Amino acid sequence: MSGILKIAFKLLVNDKGKFAALLVGITFAVFLMVMMTSMFAGILSRASSTVTNIGARMWVLDPAVNNVSSSIPVPDYVQDAVRSMDGVKYAVPLYSGGAQVKLRNGVYQAVTVIGLDDATLFGRPELMEGKIEDIYAENGFIVVRDAEIRKLGNPRVGSEFEINDHHGVVVGIARANISGLFGIPTLYTTYSRAISYLPSTRFTVSYILVEPKSRSDIPHIKQEVSKLGYQALTDDEFIGKISNFYKYQTGLGINVMLMTAISFIVGLSISGQTFYTFILENLEKFGALKAIGAKGRELVSMILFQAGFTAFLGYGLGVGLASLVIILAKLRMPDYAAQITYLNLGIAFVMVLIIAGISSYIGIRKVIRIEPFDIFRG
Amino acid sequence: MANLAIKATELAKWFGEGDARTMAVKSVSFEAGFGEMLYIVGPSGSGKTTLLSMISGILKPNSGQVLVEDRDIWKMSGDELADFRLNKIGFVFQDYHLFPRLSTVENVALPLILKRRDWKESLRVAHEYLEVVGLAQRASLPPVKLSGGEQQRVAIARAIASRPDILIFDEPTASLDGDTGRKILEFVREHVLSDMRCIVIVTHDSRIFEYAHRIINMEDGRIKGEGHEK
Repeated sequence: MSGILKIAFKLLVNDKGKFAALLVGITFAVFLMVMMTSMFAGILSRASSTVTNIGARMWVLDPAVNNVSSSIPVPDYVQDAVRSMDGVKYAVPLYSGGAQVKLRNGVYQAVTVIGLDDATLFGRPELMEGKIEDIYAENGFIVVRDAEIRKLGNPRVGSEFEINDHHGVVVGIARANISGLFGIPTLYTTYSRAISYLPSTRFTVSYILVEPKSRSDIPHIKQEVSKLGYQALTDDEFIGKISNFYKYQTGLGINVMLMTAISFIVGLSISGQTFYTFILENLEKFGALKAIGAKGRELVSMILFQAGFTAFLGYGLGVGLASLVIILAKLRMPDYAAQITYLNLGIAFVMVLIIAGISSYIGIRKVIRIEPFDIFRG
Repeated sequence: MANLAIKATELAKWFGEGDARTMAVKSVSFEAGFGEMLYIVGPSGSGKTTLLSMISGILKPNSGQVLVEDRDIWKMSGDELADFRLNKIGFVFQDYHLFPRLSTVENVALPLILKRRDWKESLRVAHEYLEVVGLAQRASLPPVKLSGGEQQRVAIARAIASRPDILIFDEPTASLDGDTGRKILEFVREHVLSDMRCIVIVTHDSRIFEYAHRIINMEDGRIKGEGHEK
């Protein structure tokens, strides 16, 4: 570190009160921004949990579907048509719907039922207990062990329940990559059992899962499916569609954006004002330095360093604090939906850079304008 | 004058324009040599601080010329002028302008650090100058823990630490009692002037006139008289 920056560092950190106020302001702002965006990222991730957990390369769906839990059944002829398209390696049906489970103690609990293609079991979860072939056993269901499993009374292999007046038996416990958004336990069974046990509409296929022969076949498949009046999306596109629904059609995105903007303004206000006061208090000293022979750009570098150092330290503390809170929250509430992503960190970092930039700009304007003659004049 | 340090010719400075124009300095010429302690005295508003600022490269005159070691300082670029002040001029401000958040020795080292000298080396040299002003024991204290006289000595140490040729003092005894003021000037005469520097002091404190080699008396922006105190 050059001597001038060392001086800038000492001027900053030795003014303990202001340095602490600056750090608190930026840390608090970063904490709020990261928390808000992480919660939103967690919600978006969970909203697409079925897409992620099933793991199909392409999904065929009704164009009006905007989130995975509100599927619009697809006619069987679409599935037949997709299977016969060039570039399709295979296409299988998927059932996704809601049901009420009656537990042994008489309590009803809402569940999500995923019906896997009987022939291939494509999209089957990774089992922690039991064997996958037992899903074909009479009344066989697989329960996902996530934060919601306790709502089913923590069932084990062999546990029994009722579903729409049908008998159900837990034949396996599965691991889920991502839990669902709405705090509902998930049951896997075969497609045929799902549609026979649960009330259904005329068409029973919720989605058609497609494996293209190669990546280059995807555009052709999309085109052919659209001719049928349906939509073929890659898994990423489907996740994007679900995200856009929650971002722009539920008010959730606007609320989070507003909260993030408010956090930014709070951080900017606290740090901007404190930094401005810090500069004002040292203005005469900066003028004296200018008189002694410091160049304008050296004073600018001192201020930028002070603002940058505070911003980066505050950023680190804010991210650390947010991470700690999320970890502690997840220990206490396993279904707590928050996820720190690189995008969240990037957004907070850009916001902090803007805070540092605006704060230092105010200071720089003052310091550049101070005339050494003013120091003599008193 | 032998070993001419400063030559000011027909310096004029005004502030404001039109009816609001105020003439601060009106056609002032004078010279100062190395080894000389020159006082610029006069009542408040007589233009002495403005004159001091113009000869030290801080305030640009509206007309006239300032030669320092035969170089016209007001023909220099902004960066050259900053370098000139850093290398040639040492300032002792009326209010000292020491950084309260830095230690005393760091304050003294500031001009050396601005000259891009190594940090440790700067502190070592600064410590030597604190010894010269008798404050080596207080090196690690912040300036606010020092008395007014001690702070003035720290300011002097800072001004001389980079070994400038010209020292500019602005009202050096204004905040000090008479006894301390005299001690400061005795110190300057003994330790600072001995290096054959040119010292220009602006003051209206008649108690310290006895230390001057030459006194320029200003009034209404003009030199009203010049005399030799010693």
